[in-house]
Amino acid sequence: MTDRPEEKSGTSRRAFLRTAGLAAGGAALGAGAARAATPDPLITEVQPWAMFLGEGVDATPYGMPIHFEDHVVRRNVEWLTADPIASINFTPIHALDGTITPQGCAFERHHSGAIELSKEDYRLMITGLVETPLVFTFGDLMRMPRITRTAFCECAANSGMEWGGAQLNAVQFTHGMIHNMEYTGVSLRTLLEEAGVKPEGTWIYVEGADASSNGRSIPMEKALDDCMIAFTANGEALRMEHGYPVRLVVPGWEGNLWVKWLRRIGVHDGPIESREETSKYTDLMPDGRARKWTWALHAKSVITSPSPQMPIGHRPGPMVISGLAWSGLGKIARVDVSLDGGANWQTARLAGEPGDKALTRFYVDHVWDGKPMYLQSRAVDETGYVQPTKDQLREIRGVNSIYHNNGIQTWYVNENGEAENVEIG
Amino acid sequence: MSRLGKRFAGSALVTTLAAVPALAEPLGLGRAALPEEIAAWDVAVMPDGRGLPEGGGNVWDGEDLWIDHCAACHGDFAEGAGVWPPIVGGAGTLTATRPLKTVESYWPYLSTVWDYVNRSMPFGAAQTLETDEVYAITAYILYSAGLVDDDYELTNENFTENRLPNEGGFYIDDRAEVEFPIFTQDACMSDCRGEVTIVARATDLDVTPDFPVIRNLYSDPLVIEGADAPVDEAAATPEPEPEVQLAALDPELVAAGETAWRQCRSCHQIGEGARNGTGPQLNSIVGAVAAGVEGFRYSPAFVEAGEEGLVWDAATLDTFLENPAGLIPRNRMSFRGVRSPEERAALIVYLKSHTD
Repeated sequence: MTDRPEEKSGTSRRAFLRTAGLAAGGAALGAGAARAATPDPLITEVQPWAMFLGEGVDATPYGMPIHFEDHVVRRNVEWLTADPIASINFTPIHALDGTITPQGCAFERHHSGAIELSKEDYRLMITGLVETPLVFTFGDLMRMPRITRTAFCECAANSGMEWGGAQLNAVQFTHGMIHNMEYTGVSLRTLLEEAGVKPEGTWIYVEGADASSNGRSIPMEKALDDCMIAFTANGEALRMEHGYPVRLVVPGWEGNLWVKWLRRIGVHDGPIESREETSKYTDLMPDGRARKWTWALHAKSVITSPSPQMPIGHRPGPMVISGLAWSGLGKIARVDVSLDGGANWQTARLAGEPGDKALTRFYVDHVWDGKPMYLQSRAVDETGYVQPTKDQLREIRGVNSIYHNNGIQTWYVNENGEAENVEIG
Repeated sequence: MSRLGKRFAGSALVTTLAAVPALAEPLGLGRAALPEEIAAWDVAVMPDGRGLPEGGGNVWDGEDLWIDHCAACHGDFAEGAGVWPPIVGGAGTLTATRPLKTVESYWPYLSTVWDYVNRSMPFGAAQTLETDEVYAITAYILYSAGLVDDDYELTNENFTENRLPNEGGFYIDDRAEVEFPIFTQDACMSDCRGEVTIVARATDLDVTPDFPVIRNLYSDPLVIEGADAPVDEAAATPEPEPEVQLAALDPELVAAGETAWRQCRSCHQIGEGARNGTGPQLNSIVGAVAAGVEGFRYSPAFVEAGEEGLVWDAATLDTFLENPAGLIPRNRMSFRGVRSPEERAALIVYLKSHTD
């Protein structure tokens, strides 16, 4: 049961309470020790929903979440970009559970706005170093051998505002440039084989149909490995903001490569060196030079609850610490959680079998003693890569590389159960 | 390990070219692309100049085009305007506390500039520039960066003679070699560090947008000493705003106008919370004096029109929307105009519906 959330500034520490007529029990509380002073009218009195009729099956042909969940929405950080049309918003990961991100609240990144492109008007062209340059309609694509897989899509700039130190006081803003969906579509290999790649074709260049015509170069090895074009996500057509009717899926690699409204795949003998792979999505290092082609997203995790948007609101006792872990290099092997800022670690329980380049949910079933905690999580993937601390990253990369910040996050949880984004020394 | 092998080690790619099985038989789906279709879409340009169309443009023409199409966001001298990116400047800042990454200081290849201007600019009117105009604007950027003189003409012939200062400033991802040896060591599980102190708090910066806090209802709620009392929602609900009288406006026209508005919204905002972007926000624009929206930096041409008393009524809006450059020459709104009189009428009613 979720109460209505209160508007709260990320900086003011006002703590509202809703006790709903329940009085807390004595000081020495164990399991089931809470006591009610008076009978709960929600139980003793017949409620309207138990008397009157609800909505019929024709009331909502396509349903939205119940209005009590109105606060579980994407949010924008206005000062990040010049214009909301060329901008990014953030998934409310604090309020979701499991691993699949619903499309309607999965973060969006557009360079010239989300466009309306119908299946009827959709064309996909394969050009360049191929035997036969081809044009496909949407219907043509639906006749090709189909595959389904789940993958996370993370913006390379996720946590990018935290390089200089703790900046945004909400997990939605520090880690919300990520979503995880089950896609259905056609493997890029199938499409490329249809056109016949010439031996000198070592790179592809993928481009969108929107006004930004966002384009990126991808080496042929990756294109033929596990890339796909998707037309459904989580079982239904892609939403407009996720590239309807067709987007590219590049598992494990930065979200900017996942071109939406995909209209062209060029086969080339080298990278195009487009704006998005030179002036952006290159990682400036302390010596003034920059790493390029840093496509893969390395192992990362974060505790989504408790976090600044999801404080602990109960007295000491059992609670669930929950979070997400992922790696662009494969499957998550293990997640460790620390309550004391990284001095001691316990291994978390993973929910379900970790997927390849997909989000993994972890839980720690914890009995809180009411004392402050410095909560951290640390992902380890199947290659043996251990999520580093932010300081370990800064030692190598400095603080101006913007992208690929996969450092360990710390939430300080005080004795009131409120969490905040801190850096510790 | 080969350079290629190392690169893909960093990306955990196991497939190699040698391991790719023989190509499967084609399905025979789709159709062959026509040369005209390929020419229309396959316009990407590579650093060695491959893909550049024939043509050219000089710095002087580039400056005029720049003022018309680019300066509103990027400044008259490509130095940037407001929150929009500077295109030149920043040389020598890449090791500074706040690096300024521009074509002059950071971009490695001129082909990227040409390609991006050609395909993606101007913002909100992409792919409307002619080939020679793209050359001229690129020439103006080179001039603004101090890389060519003011009498320079850039063409497909001399294009690759121009090298950008930071071409050598990039190297291929070496995380596998530099970072993996450190980050694949066994993780410490106990007594891994000394005492913890907080050295930075996000709340000190005060830049987080407001967010709602989710508080579940518990049988044993944590009562915080000195916390604010629960908010009485009924008392906190503000008085509803009086409804705007729109009775005179035909709802069908307003709806048609809203559809037509799509071509405006990449630059203009309207409605609750509208703010200035590439163009001014347009609430209450009908009946207002031209160039009067607070906080927006208008072109000199627009300011002049306002000073001469141009008022946005149905007639002036209709003329302007049909051909923006006709009513106010040399204004910075890079928009071709709305040809259909019905569409213009609908747009004007839609604008009117956003009048306080």
